[in-house]
Amino acid sequence: MKLYCLSGHPTLPCNVLKFKSTTIMLDCGLDTTSVLQFLPLPLVHSPRLSKLPGWVSKDGTINLEKELKECAGRVFVDSQPEFCLPERELLDLSTIDVILISNYHCMMALPYITEHTGFTGSVYATEPTLQIGRLLMEELVNFMERVPKAQSATCWKNKEIQRVLPGPLKDAVEVLTWKTCYSIQDVNSALSKVQLVGYSQKVELFGAVQVTPLSSGYSLGSSNWIIQSHYEKVSYVSGSSLLTTHPQPMDQSSLKNSDVLILTGLTQMPTANPDGMLGDFCSNLAMTIRAGGNVLVPCYSSGVIYDLLECLYQFIENANLGSTPFYFLSPVANMFFEISNLIQTNKLKHYPSIHGDFSTDFRQPCVVFTGHPSLRFGDVVHFMELWGKSSLNTIIFTEPDFSYLDALAPYQPLSMKCVYCPIDTRLNFHQVSKLLKEVQPLHVVCPEQYTQPPPSQSHRSDLMLELQPPPMPYRRCSVLGLPFRRRYERIHLLPELAKSLVPSEIKPGVSLATVSAVLQSKDNKHTLQPVPKPLPLPPSKKRKRVVEEPPEVLAPKPLLSGSVPLEAFLAVLHKHGITEVKVEETADGHILHLQAEDTLIQLEEDGTHIVCDNNEPLRTTLRDLVLRFLMKL
Amino acid sequence: MPEIKVTPLGAGQDVGRSCILVSIGGKNIMLDCGMHMGYNDDRRFPDFSYITQQGRLTEFLDCVIISHFHLDHCGALPYMSEMVGYDGPIYMTHPTKAICPILLEDFRKITVDKKGETNFFTSQMIKDCMKKVIPLNLHQTVQVDDELEIKAYYAGHVLGAAMVQIKVGSESVVYTGDYNMTPDRHLGAAWIDKCRPDILISESTYATTIRDSKRCRERDFLKKVHETVERGGKVLIPVFALGRAQELCILLETFWERMNMKAPIYFSTGLTEKANHYYKLFITWTNQKIRKTFVQRNMFEFKHIKAFDRSYIDNPGPMVVFATPGMLHAGLSLQIFRKWAGNEKNMIIMPGYCVQGTIGHKILNGQKKLELENRQTLEVKLQVEYMSFSAHADAKGIMQLIRMAEPRNMLLVHGEAKKMEFLKDKIEQEFSINCFMPANGETSTVATNPSVPVDISLNLLKREMALGGPLPDPKKPRTMHGTLIMKDNSLRLVSPEQALKELGLSEHQLRFTCRVQLQDAHSDSDTHIRIYTHLKSVLKGYTIQHLPDGTVMVESIVIKVSSSPEEPNTKVLLLSWSYQDEDLGSFLSTLLKKGLPAALSSM
Repeated sequence: MKLYCLSGHPTLPCNVLKFKSTTIMLDCGLDTTSVLQFLPLPLVHSPRLSKLPGWVSKDGTINLEKELKECAGRVFVDSQPEFCLPERELLDLSTIDVILISNYHCMMALPYITEHTGFTGSVYATEPTLQIGRLLMEELVNFMERVPKAQSATCWKNKEIQRVLPGPLKDAVEVLTWKTCYSIQDVNSALSKVQLVGYSQKVELFGAVQVTPLSSGYSLGSSNWIIQSHYEKVSYVSGSSLLTTHPQPMDQSSLKNSDVLILTGLTQMPTANPDGMLGDFCSNLAMTIRAGGNVLVPCYSSGVIYDLLECLYQFIENANLGSTPFYFLSPVANMFFEISNLIQTNKLKHYPSIHGDFSTDFRQPCVVFTGHPSLRFGDVVHFMELWGKSSLNTIIFTEPDFSYLDALAPYQPLSMKCVYCPIDTRLNFHQVSKLLKEVQPLHVVCPEQYTQPPPSQSHRSDLMLELQPPPMPYRRCSVLGLPFRRRYERIHLLPELAKSLVPSEIKPGVSLATVSAVLQSKDNKHTLQPVPKPLPLPPSKKRKRVVEEPPEVLAPKPLLSGSVPLEAFLAVLHKHGITEVKVEETADGHILHLQAEDTLIQLEEDGTHIVCDNNEPLRTTLRDLVLRFLMKL
Repeated sequence: MPEIKVTPLGAGQDVGRSCILVSIGGKNIMLDCGMHMGYNDDRRFPDFSYITQQGRLTEFLDCVIISHFHLDHCGALPYMSEMVGYDGPIYMTHPTKAICPILLEDFRKITVDKKGETNFFTSQMIKDCMKKVIPLNLHQTVQVDDELEIKAYYAGHVLGAAMVQIKVGSESVVYTGDYNMTPDRHLGAAWIDKCRPDILISESTYATTIRDSKRCRERDFLKKVHETVERGGKVLIPVFALGRAQELCILLETFWERMNMKAPIYFSTGLTEKANHYYKLFITWTNQKIRKTFVQRNMFEFKHIKAFDRSYIDNPGPMVVFATPGMLHAGLSLQIFRKWAGNEKNMIIMPGYCVQGTIGHKILNGQKKLELENRQTLEVKLQVEYMSFSAHADAKGIMQLIRMAEPRNMLLVHGEAKKMEFLKDKIEQEFSINCFMPANGETSTVATNPSVPVDISLNLLKREMALGGPLPDPKKPRTMHGTLIMKDNSLRLVSPEQALKELGLSEHQLRFTCRVQLQDAHSDSDTHIRIYTHLKSVLKGYTIQHLPDGTVMVESIVIKVSSSPEEPNTKVLLLSWSYQDEDLGSFLSTLLKKGLPAALSSM
């Protein structure tokens, strides 16, 4: 049992579990923080961005004018944004049997795994996860494809060059694995491999293991997974929440009795209280609107936005801001709202992009929800250019995935107000330790980030997992041997065989029966059948020779246990007409000399030795007599 | 021997008041709890006194499962749970849970308010009953208790209809409820995996019918409606509020649109808006096409179909009216029928099955004079057409489901005895499985032969699988030996060595030593070699070694040669083996007694 860790990102995990001859990938999150190193993709030509100076090293030896641009003291890559993929070299991706998806945020790397890698398995996800995941992928592809960029920068990735680059670019990791976005064909092909499952549905994999999704309470369709055989149970906990928001509540009790619990997807904002942040969000929004400014909310098209809107509707009713228009822009906006079917859509107007109907309906001051939260692509780039210059406007960050300072870096200098209200409803350390106390897993595996306080708050020992036994940490490219040994497997005795067994009680409450049977293994299911009776040999001329055939190589005779009591044994011998027995006492037992038959029997506590020459019938009789006293195993 | 017992309290060789008791692995389950449309007396409800003569049912039942919201499957539920008394869990799917109380309330109103019956369940009882309901999701495995688990499969038929698998240990039963194996205009087809239940309990409404294609039936239906409207007649289509109604509405709506028809189509109000609301809410339960187009256009928002008002009954000119209920036993549909029955220009189309005793059943059987209350009679002049649009599986569909699930036994309910008989023969012939068709109150018993689950030590299993080779040889089955330890309710199969160790027992060695005299005019060491060569040629497939100290080893049997200086040609072979090699040892001693063949080369 091994765990291969292909992603080091604690909330965008990608692990592979090898368990009982199956290879199961748990999530395939796509780390998009890498796009922060790139210049934004404007929807309309931006003179500011196109006039940025190229970067040349101080001594002038390295000239990457075409690839790197300097903006507000930072260096950005001028190319199609790229994502940091899960590790693809650690193990052969074509050997993966199934991929289990826990929520739509953790499946964005799916096309990179299932396409062009030889992957032939299937993917399991709940229906909302698939539908919303598809929309998020389509949105991502659309963001990228509607502003194609001709050039792709590769020179800066050279190790020698990267080393001398300034700022965060120098410290970017795994840059060689970075890839541009997939195509819509890849998305369709990848998602065609998804098989839908419902909560608490038990899915058999190859007869060897059973996987079950459980409601995790984090987002629509989000799930944790149980991977179990008859004897071992692994729980995979990813993005879970105990807050009562839009999804179904988390199923905690089914996680009990796990041998191993793999814990990922805790809150990225352990110190920010979601309710407090929501309050800040509303009051900042109201303040800006009252002052005549616009509010920009960069966000994903699904997830926290549902809760934001729900809360906001109540708030604006009370705050008397009912006339302010709310816009939601996303290439797949209409689909989101039909699928989620949650929100009264009359207050929120949605449009596919800033072009078309939106440009005629657009009224200011207003509130705009749009993606992408990294501020590198999507309609949000346009609003940054449009509203960034005025201090009346406010941008409110609610998504916790990106550092807002990094996100804003290419727009500096900026006059608009910035408010950071990250809302992350996933489990915090307090909740998770309570949960673990309740479900009592034998071992916990988690990203190494959870085993120490965050670097910015190194004194906060409450912001880490403290468990007994200590959790097993992993990082990108770790291979962990999970600490339990399989010792048993389920086998079925056919009723005919079960009926033929003769159990004997050897101790109070403990019975034994010897089983001789034929093993049948099919689809990883094992059954024991009675040994078929040998067919009677057809009468033939060779019959006489049969005696001389050596015995078939058979499995050995049963083991024996117990001892042969002298008096009782002598009595039995007597019964069989063996009367002349001379008994001699030795250090370990007795030697019986059967004088008439010239045969010796050595009886000891844990052994019997029969020395008998040239008298096969006698020897077998003696053998059977001895066996009477012994237990056969 | 463990057995499963199935007793229908209703729907045994009959259609109506479905209620089937199943006893499996010590658990008692009630499947459906319906009422009979054909009766107005005690026979309306299943006979619960079969379960217990007095007192509540709670301690006799582990759970109740309702397959769908039709009253012949859930109509007796409040009576059973509130008036007879049952407090255990009741399972149904989400749509059923939403729609069922509405239909129950409607049913109650007709019976109590219109017919003036007393001693019937009240609105409050319906509410209290629904509080005991636990909703099911498709394919979700619900653990009723530690041993009993149930799982719902999609059944088509109506919104939220489900088939259920009931499982205790390795024994299982599947109950289909009503199902449909062909997708229609608004629902998909039933589906189940190859779950190989011990018993498949199937409805058999259309046991003898093999229906022509849906398209033909639809064309026929539209043609008849069209002709009647063209000649100025009125068309009455009695329907139940949910299910067929929606399908036919979609059909007529598209036809009217295409043909640019002007005659009005009405739908009796009340349940309609609610019905469409539920279809919208439970869109995932409808078929693929509706789900796909849902975003652009809601299939359940009709342009040509308008709400009906009682005053329209006497309007002149052609019209098409959908009215509830579907079997003409009460309500608006009956009222309209009375008004229109006298005119031969009009037509009534019965799109579904009608239970015996209802007016629908009577006119379908060609009755031209109907007796009404107060000794009135009604002359039936209008055309009566029957169109099988009710979404039940036909004979072909039932066979298809059997092929899907591969049951060990089959049990038919919810059909007429004669038709069942026919299907029963067909099933027994084609699948060679037993097929039962118990009448109400009659018990069918099926003996199951569950295998015994045992924990086998992985070492033993792996060793055995490695020895067995990659493919089993059917001619030479390998026998595996193990020791079954029974302790504290656990059964573990381990290797004998491990069993000894675990139980703290010491092994008892049983050895045999046997001297064989042999005349062989060779030196001792040559004799060793000669024995080695001889055995090598006789014993194929055994490990035979010639050890450096001169002895010969066959597997673990030691053969030593010695001779006395006085008689160098008389060799004494000393054979020694343990009980585990008994067969081989016995064989060797007999073999060597016969001497070594002279022709044996000395090397």
